[in-house]
Amino acid sequence: MDATGRRGDATGRFVPVPDARLVGCELSCVRDDRELFTGVNLSLAPGDVLQLAGPNGCGKTSLLRILCGLAWPASGDVTWDGADIRRERASFTAELAYVAHASAVKSDLTAVENVRSAMTVSSTGLLRLDPWEALARVGLYGYEDVPARTLSAGQCRRVALARLLCGSAALWVLDEPFTALDRDGRAMVEGMLNDHSDEGGISIVTSHQAVTLDAGRTVRRIDIGARRAA
Amino acid sequence: MSSQDAPVTAAGPRRRRPAAARSDALRAFAGLLRRDLVLAFRRRSELANPVLFFVMVETLFPLALGADNDLLRAVAPGAVWVGALLASMLSLEGIFRSDFDDGSLEQIALSPHPMPILVGAKVLAHWLVTGLPLILVAPLLGLLLNLPQSAFAALVLSLLLGTPVLSLVGAIGVALTVGLRHGGMLLSLLLLPLYVPVLIFGAGSVESAAQGLPVVAQLYFLGALCTGAVVLAPFAAAAALRISLE
Amino acid sequence: MHRFISQWASPRHFYRLSGKLLPWLSALTIICMLVGLVGGLYFAPPDYQQGNVFRIIYIHVPSALLSMMVYVVMAGAAAVNLIWKIKMADVVARCSAPLGAAFTFLALVTGSIWGKPTWGTYWVWDARLTSELILLFLYLGYMGLRAAIETPETAARASGILALVGVVNIPIIHYSVDWWNTLHQGTTISFTTDNISTSMLVPLLFMIVAFMSYYAVVLMLRMRCEILDRERKSRWVVQMVEGG
Repeated sequence: MDATGRRGDATGRFVPVPDARLVGCELSCVRDDRELFTGVNLSLAPGDVLQLAGPNGCGKTSLLRILCGLAWPASGDVTWDGADIRRERASFTAELAYVAHASAVKSDLTAVENVRSAMTVSSTGLLRLDPWEALARVGLYGYEDVPARTLSAGQCRRVALARLLCGSAALWVLDEPFTALDRDGRAMVEGMLNDHSDEGGISIVTSHQAVTLDAGRTVRRIDIGARRAA
Repeated sequence: MSSQDAPVTAAGPRRRRPAAARSDALRAFAGLLRRDLVLAFRRRSELANPVLFFVMVETLFPLALGADNDLLRAVAPGAVWVGALLASMLSLEGIFRSDFDDGSLEQIALSPHPMPILVGAKVLAHWLVTGLPLILVAPLLGLLLNLPQSAFAALVLSLLLGTPVLSLVGAIGVALTVGLRHGGMLLSLLLLPLYVPVLIFGAGSVESAAQGLPVVAQLYFLGALCTGAVVLAPFAAAAALRISLE
Repeated sequence: MHRFISQWASPRHFYRLSGKLLPWLSALTIICMLVGLVGGLYFAPPDYQQGNVFRIIYIHVPSALLSMMVYVVMAGAAAVNLIWKIKMADVVARCSAPLGAAFTFLALVTGSIWGKPTWGTYWVWDARLTSELILLFLYLGYMGLRAAIETPETAARASGILALVGVVNIPIIHYSVDWWNTLHQGTTISFTTDNISTSMLVPLLFMIVAFMSYYAVVLMLRMRCEILDRERKSRWVVQMVEGG
């Protein structure tokens, strides 16, 4: 099994890295009587970037949703700063930003209204960055006040990513963030991941293609497809 | 804008960020309420649908029962209430649908603010947009069905107390079926038994008022149902939404 | 106590224990039902008001009682599943629902049969019958929701919430229907006279016990089937099926 922590202690049990914030222990997922994956262990410390790779339908999104607390694993648990994420839900979600495959962009609102209303729901306290500024940084300068209905799929994804810049979440969970983005968009997302890592944040990304970051920074990787129970 | 990052240290105990303060929760409530109201008004053409449906249902009664004024006067309290109930139930279906489809519901589920409060904001927005217009139109429809003048106040009051219960309890049913493709018929089956007490006391109060009898008892009971629903229904609906999102 | 619970909460042990209990419970059901029916249909004297028609209570009253008891059991089991995640509790809830619906339907049908000679019509909006009708809808809603959701665990939890909302609402519904009935001067029905004589009461009690144990027997049979289905991949089931 491939874990992003040290291989087990004397009993073979999984041991997380010392300053890990997010720890997933013996996670398994069952869908429609099929076992998607089993025995997944991970531990992520500040600055880590984790890529979940694997073929379609292997359970990457399921694992992401388990790590966010939206779905429950068939076995195992997930802890953030030592506390089970289901028990300390409020303090965990305050530091979590999840960008799903569906962009959560309302087509009747403008881009900036989308970002603002998303931040009232998802974050507490003050915003780190003004929504206009954030939209400019993700490449939507000039498109801030048009209804999202008129934006393309790639632009909607940029609106979703702008939320990451406005908030101050420590854990970013991104499901297929590169979908519908062009080469500049990819570079932008990788830049965001770099900056987030520099600030001590943790990122989990699913993607078919490899995620490349600055030199000297390794992207940890778990291949879900290779881990199916035989 | 100041950064809210918790200090990150290489080793040692980590300070967990405290959960959202109460004022934050109120701000989230207001923000989500505002968003839903803006969304409703951006689709202005759809706002009139519940009211139009209500009017059409009420016109069905005289067409089906005959134009005898005394008969209509006798059935008016119940007929108006049934129409309002059906219009409310039909309009409820969309309360979580668009959020579920575009992923916003997951964001609400992942909010650090208490989910019952956010659900309450959505239900309030829905009631303001559909329930209130029904209440305003109801006396007019009572007139169509020859409802006695003495009953109009009771009609408005009972609807004012009853439609929030319909919205709140209905939200639980919608939350349970939001993940289903054709949940509409099933939703009616789920909700109708739960709507029976509201209908009985609502229509009963209008009936009593039409006969000149006191209506305080029924209105008190409706008030009790309303209070109970406001307090309990958001929690049930939030739990149901989390289950539907799994 | 803990051992007791963990034994019943394990599918395999439940299967074994229920297998041992079934013959006894079945015998109890048959005996009580025979005593109750013979006593009620033959030995009990005719009611001075209603003649022989009242004898329907020997089916109607236990059915109505069971219909409500089963709903409470179902809601309680659903709550146990939601809070402590014991899957056997969900099996209890899932298997009880059709039984409860059947009891409710039986109560409605016997109530209606009783109505024809007494009121002249097959249906009257009596408070109790109306409550039973609404209870039937609650059962059908529970079963419908369960069937509509594809993932079994999600279906179990969602219908669990529905059952709990229903059980909280049942007293409210019952009270409001009662009030509604008195308001509209519904026919006052008493299925039995106020002082019911012992010779009428005793068979009734036997019938109630018979119905309860009948519920237990059929519930166990259904649960055994459900367990075999859910655990079909586990070793003990495979061994049992293949080994014979």
